Order: sequence, then structure tokens, then C-alpha cells
Amino acid sequence: MSSPRPAYVLGGNRIPFARAGGPYAHASNLDMLTAALDGLVARFGLQGEVLGQVSAGAVLKHSRDFNLARQAVLGSPLSPRTPATDVQEACATGVETVVALANKIALGQLESGVAGGADSASDAPIVVGDRLRRALLDANRARTAPRRLAALARIRPKDLSPVAPRTDEPSTGLSMGEHQAITTARWGISRQAQDELALASHRNLAAAWDAGFFDDLVTSYQGLTRDGNLRPDTSLDKLAALPPVFGKRLDAPPTMTAGNSTPLTDGASTVLLGSAEWAAAHDLTPLAAVIDAEVAAVDFVHGEEGLLMAPVYAVPRLLARHGLTLDDFARIEIHEAFAATVLCTLEAWQSDELGRTRLELPGAFGTVPRDRLNVHGSSLAAGHPFAATGGRIVATLAKELHRLKASRASDEPVRGLVSVCAAGGLGIAAILEAA
Amino acid sequence: MGDTYLDLMSSGAGAAIATRLGLPRPAPLRRYRPGVALLDGSALVLGGGPDADAIAQLLSGPPGGTGGVPDGWGLDVHRHAVPDERYAAVLVVLTDVTHPDQLAAPVLEAAATLKRLRPGGRVVTVSRPAHETDAPAVAAARQGVDGLLRSLAKELRGGATGNGVVVTDGVPVTAPSAVATLRFLLSTRSAFVDGQLVDVDLDAGELATDWDHPLAGRVAVVTGAARGIGAVVAEVLARDGARVVCVDVPAAGQGLAAVANRVRGTALQLDVTAPDAGDRILEHATSRHGGLHVMVHNAGITRDKLLANMTPDRWGSVMAVNLAAQLAINETLLTSGEFVDAPRIVATASTSGIAGNRGQTNYAASKAGIIGAVRATAPLLVPFGGTANAVAPGFIETDMTARMPALTRQVARRLSSLQQGGQPVDVAEAVAFLASPAAGGIVGRTLRVCGQSLVGR
Repeated sequence: MSSPRPAYVLGGNRIPFARAGGPYAHASNLDMLTAALDGLVARFGLQGEVLGQVSAGAVLKHSRDFNLARQAVLGSPLSPRTPATDVQEACATGVETVVALANKIALGQLESGVAGGADSASDAPIVVGDRLRRALLDANRARTAPRRLAALARIRPKDLSPVAPRTDEPSTGLSMGEHQAITTARWGISRQAQDELALASHRNLAAAWDAGFFDDLVTSYQGLTRDGNLRPDTSLDKLAALPPVFGKRLDAPPTMTAGNSTPLTDGASTVLLGSAEWAAAHDLTPLAAVIDAEVAAVDFVHGEEGLLMAPVYAVPRLLARHGLTLDDFARIEIHEAFAATVLCTLEAWQSDELGRTRLELPGAFGTVPRDRLNVHGSSLAAGHPFAATGGRIVATLAKELHRLKASRASDEPVRGLVSVCAAGGLGIAAILEAA
Repeated sequence: MGDTYLDLMSSGAGAAIATRLGLPRPAPLRRYRPGVALLDGSALVLGGGPDADAIAQLLSGPPGGTGGVPDGWGLDVHRHAVPDERYAAVLVVLTDVTHPDQLAAPVLEAAATLKRLRPGGRVVTVSRPAHETDAPAVAAARQGVDGLLRSLAKELRGGATGNGVVVTDGVPVTAPSAVATLRFLLSTRSAFVDGQLVDVDLDAGELATDWDHPLAGRVAVVTGAARGIGAVVAEVLARDGARVVCVDVPAAGQGLAAVANRVRGTALQLDVTAPDAGDRILEHATSRHGGLHVMVHNAGITRDKLLANMTPDRWGSVMAVNLAAQLAINETLLTSGEFVDAPRIVATASTSGIAGNRGQTNYAASKAGIIGAVRATAPLLVPFGGTANAVAPGFIETDMTARMPALTRQVARRLSSLQQGGQPVDVAEAVAFLASPAAGGIVGRTLRVCGQSLVGR
């Protein structure tokens, strides 16, 4: 094993994200991931190429997709000799695949790889109830017709109703929105602050689309040419008119609406990673190096911390390892699961008390300059197909950092921070640096 | 796109009915496939003088080249018509005619072979252009070839075509572009090129060492490559050996990616009307593929309206996409210092830009503009061994023509000597020919791919 070397983000491709039940209603995770891979291969001329490894996943995943990433490779123009791995870490899946492949590249185990993810809230697997499932499995195992009939005879009409897919927390039974509503109330985040963040997300994403920023990051799919959730003409008035949907049973007035929460979304994304040598051999320009990453988890089950607050802990640990502060980052991407998630994170980092008691710092961790935050929009506007969000953020940020560095004509490092919260009280953070 | 009438009339019963009723009988055209023989029979080379000898030697010589002729094509060549022989090609070399009286002998000898010309046969004239400085008899003889060829092409049947090579005085008939034009016109690559006279202006260009891969080592950009003619142009350029950058608007990305993957090229999503389109195309081609040699301007739109009802939006968008965008991109390429290795610009014009078309003033203005643009751009590229030319498709079977009303479409198809619409590949073959290193001596010309449409020149 050789000593670590830089691993670079060389580019990315995603399909436009669509609202669930929309243009991709009949597209599977495999369809969408393959489409994203097709566009990546086309953009970078990788037809027939044997890549080191493709790593991708889905959160709402059918058991038939046990080899989702590998099947996507086989359906793509990549060489069928490209290995692939499935990864699943809730909404952190995408960033986790980037980090895992970047680490392998850094260690010399790989020269190239594609990280990514897909999620369909429309084509979610329908699960049958346990009684029906056991009866069917028993019937399948039965060796004689009478025994098979006997097994099937146990099925009752009520067993036939499907179990709808849920993303509720298995430990608490609460939905993610209800969990966030508790945290939102705890930090006293106002409705207006949430709506303002949502508005900024839509405006920034719309401006990026209009400027052609996504020309080499997105490939149209099934007639959709821009993110379907994007509302370029939304306004504070329109957002303020929406009724609250989460936290209605809490003591505090409910503030979270469909406008400042992410909708159920379909989509897929990919990120091309490689060593400097592999990039040069393929005439590709590195956009940004993957410097480091940190995962964290919080105890939300016993109420010690909010479900989506793990990045509050991951980021300070990650930055401490490099002697960096938030001021050292030109761009900061905080995944907008809910507007309130971002605002709670910012508040927590500005809190002296949390800094001292939870982060073991002398005081508050720091302040995120708002003009560096999610400058090309984030999940509130783009939508959030769980496992695909990480790839969207990393590719967007890498391009932005590269552009920024080129425009500055200085050797000062141009860094970007990624922070993504995830179900299960998980969080992941990563540092990119412009190449 | 299917042509039911053509299929029907090609069947036994259909053919019999068509003959009785005097209906048009379009013949299925044979298209090029790599590796197939140049001709499926003998060639007849008529005419006297050293040029006819040189051409006969070119056609009959062994592959690899002998005696000053760079490459021989190993064909069975006759210098005088053998009775009852069914020729695959008849070449009439008229470069040394100085008086109209001299046309009769070779032309009438060719005439005797026409009834037995093989299906898909080729008649090709080789001549010199008529100039105002020529002696009147010389100019008369030379210009006479023009009318002879265009009329002869209208008389041929069974998918046979008649075309001419017009080689400028001082340029040998064995100049690379003359040889390449001759080969293109003899081959199935020119299936839908009919009744055309191709001018060779310079003794420039470089002959291919491998006629099946004339674009080996070349990097080509094709705009409007996501579908239609552009997608097929990308495929044909790749088949001929080029590395292809496929360009189209981001909204067409999914189709574009599919084409790029099919041709093992790269997809570049951009709007050709963007101010930085030229820079991005050049940057992509040079950084990713090490250079840019061929720029194919194929992107185009229609916004048809009678001029009396024309809106600024319809006029403006057609002119912006079809014409202004390529002028801007060309300027970027020409001033970059990077477009200097025998560069080729090939633009897609239209027979609408030559003959005009009711309801298409904006489109025809843009397409005629292209014809003017390549004429003026080509001389700027000549110092680098480069050139710019255009193709002008007639009725081509695409999604665009499939949307025409059924009866109009049927009539439009038959209004050409070949009595059928062309396929996108026919346009693509002409683009590939003009993009090839051998076409360097064709300067600022427009090649019609129209089956000798009855409209226009």
C-alpha cells in the first residue's frame, strides 16, 4: 500500500430531480441510476472503460435491487468488467460513496470510480404484511400440493392489504418532519426565517439554471429538463400562505410547511472520481480534491439531541482535525432536509452553551456567512431523492470551487464544506478543496 | 422513416401497375457500408487526352499507387464501350474540349451504354469550368457539359445517378480533391446526390490512406447532434474514424448522451447561440481530444410563417440559431490559433435557401446566408490547408418531414429525379466527404443532396 495521495472530483452527472408521482413515476431506481450513469459516460467519453469501482445506493430499495450499482453498470456503456458496490446510509448514502471511493483512490487501491445514488419515492417497493409473507414463504417451501394448499389456506383477506413504505424512525415511530419540529421548537426557529431560507434556495437554484451552471452537471431525462420542484416565481407571500404540516401537536406554534420542507422526490446522481494520473491519462481536469470526511451520530431516541443534528457534531470534529474554522471555507453546503434543519444547525454552532457543553469548545463553534451558504440552491428547491442528494451536492460544490479558484488567480486554497444529515440520527461532513 | 409507396412500387405487382399507369417508379438506393467494393461491375472511361488516361489509370491501377497516380482502385476499366456490357459506371472525361463539336463523340458513345447501365449505376463527367476569359468556343463547350449532365441525370432510372466533377484550370484531374470527389460520386456514399457538378478549386488536401476511414485521427464537432440528421452525421463521422464531440441544447441531453455513447464520443450540452459557445466548443475539443479539425454546423430550427404574418421572434430565433451562431463560432475558431490543422467547416444549408420555399422566408434567408458564409469563410482557412463548405439537403426523411401533411409529403418525395426522399445518412455522407482531409481543394462550395430535386438549380 502506498502513502495517501489526493483523490479528485472530476465531474458529475445527475438527472433533473422530479417530484414524486411526476415524470419519473414509472422509472425505477435502476432506470434512473443507469440514466445518470449514461449521461456521465457520454459527458466524459468513458464508453467501454473499465473503471475501478462504481459505488451507489438507494434508500427506498426493493430487494430485487440487491446489486443496484452493478446492474446499472451492466446497463450502461461502461465496460462490464467494472466492479460495483451497493451502499446504504440513509440520506448520507451519496456522500458516503464519495468518501469511500476517494479514500480508496488516496490509498492507491483504485485509480478511478463513480459514486452515486438513486431514489424513487414513486416506484417505492410495496411490502406485504408479515402474515401473508410467512404464508407465501411456507407455501414455497412445501414439497407437496396439499401442504402448499394448507399454507395458502391460512391467508385471510385482511392479510392482503400492503404495508405502505415508510421513512418513519423505527425507534420512535415519529416521522422525520415531526422529529425536526421538536428540534425547531427547541431552537425557537421562526416561520419567517424558514420561509426566507426556502425562498433563497429557489432563487439561487433558478439563477444557476438560468446561467447554464448545470449544463455540464445534469442530463435531461424523460422530458424533464430542469428540477421539477423548482419554483422560480415563488415569494415570501406565497410561502407564508401555506398551512403548517409538522409539529401541530407541540406546545409551540407549528412553523414547518410544505414550502420549507423538502418534498418526496425521484432522482439519481453520479460523481466521477479519480487520481491525478488517471485524470491526466483521460484528458480530464480535476475540479476539487476530497480532503477528509467525518461521520457522527446522535442519541435522538432518548431525546438527548434532535434527529437531524448529527452534522452539528461531525463538522467541528472534522475542522479541528485540520485546524480550520468556518471562516476558512469559501462555500458551505448544508443539505436542506428542512429549512429548519439548516437554521437549527447554524443556531447550534452559534450557541456558547452548546459549544461548551456538547462540543467541548471554549465557546460557540462559529458563524456560517450566509452569502457562502448553498449559493446554487439546495434540496428545498431541487428536491431530495434521498441517496441522490450527496452526489448532487458534491458535484455542484466541486464545480463551484474550481470556478471560484480560477476566477481568483491566487494560490490560496479555496475550500468547500459539505454537511448532510440523515435518518437514524446520522450525519456526514466532508471537506473539498479546489484543484 | 418509411416510404410505403417506394416499397409497393418495388414489388413485382406494384412495378407492373406503375409501368402500366406511368406512375413514378422510385428504386431502392444502395447505401455505403465499410468494406464493400467501390463498384459492382466494370467502369467505362471515355474521352481522349492525358486526363482520361490518368483517370483510367487511377481506376484500374493497383491499390498502393503507381506512376504518379497516388493510389489505384483495382477496377475493371474499359476505354471503349464493349457491346452488351452492363457498366456500373461511365466516366466521360471532357477536360480537353475546345469546341462544342468535340462533345459529340464521347457523349454519343456513352449514350449507347445507358440502357444497360447497372441498377444504381453512375455516370460522371469530368470537365473544366467556363470562364469569361476563355475563347468563346471553349467556354461554350465547357458550359455545354452543365446542361448535358443535368439533363442526362434526369433520364437515368433504377437508382442510377449522374454527376460531374468540374476541375479548375491548372489543377490536375489527379489532385486530391478531384480524386476524392470522383470516388465519392462513384461510390454508394453519394446515393442521393444527383444532377450535381462539384467544383474542385485547388490542388490541395490530402488523400486518405484508408478509404474506409478517411477521418482517422481527426476530431469533429457536430451541433444539433441529439437527433435527426445531426445524430446520423455524428455516427457517419465516427464510422469514418473521427473522434466526435456531440453538441446540442441541454434540454436535448438524454438523446445527446445516447448518440455520444453510440459513437463513443463525448456529449457537450450547450446552446450554440450562447456568447461563449465557440470558446466552450474549442476548450472541450482541445482539452479532451487534443484538437479540433472539423466543425459541422448542423443545428437548425424552423419557425415557418408567411412573411406577411412574420413576427420578430420567429424571424430572430431562426436567424440566431441557423446563421448568427455559426458565424460567431467560426470567428472564435478562426481567431483562436487552434483551428489550423487542415481545418474543415461543413454547414447544413437547404434547398430552401437555393430555390426558396413559401412560408420559409426566415429559414431560407438563414440557409442562403450559410451558402454565402461558407463562400467567404473558406478563403480564410485556405492558408492552413483548410476549407469551408455546405451541404444543401432536399427532401430528407426525418421527424421534421414526417410532420408534413401526408399528401404534401408524398408529392414532395416524388419531385426529384430519384423520385424519393433521401435518408439522413445521405446528408451525413456528403458532410463526411467535405469534412475529409481530401476535400481541401473544394473551397466555399455548396453540395446539394437532393436526388436532383426539380426545384432550384
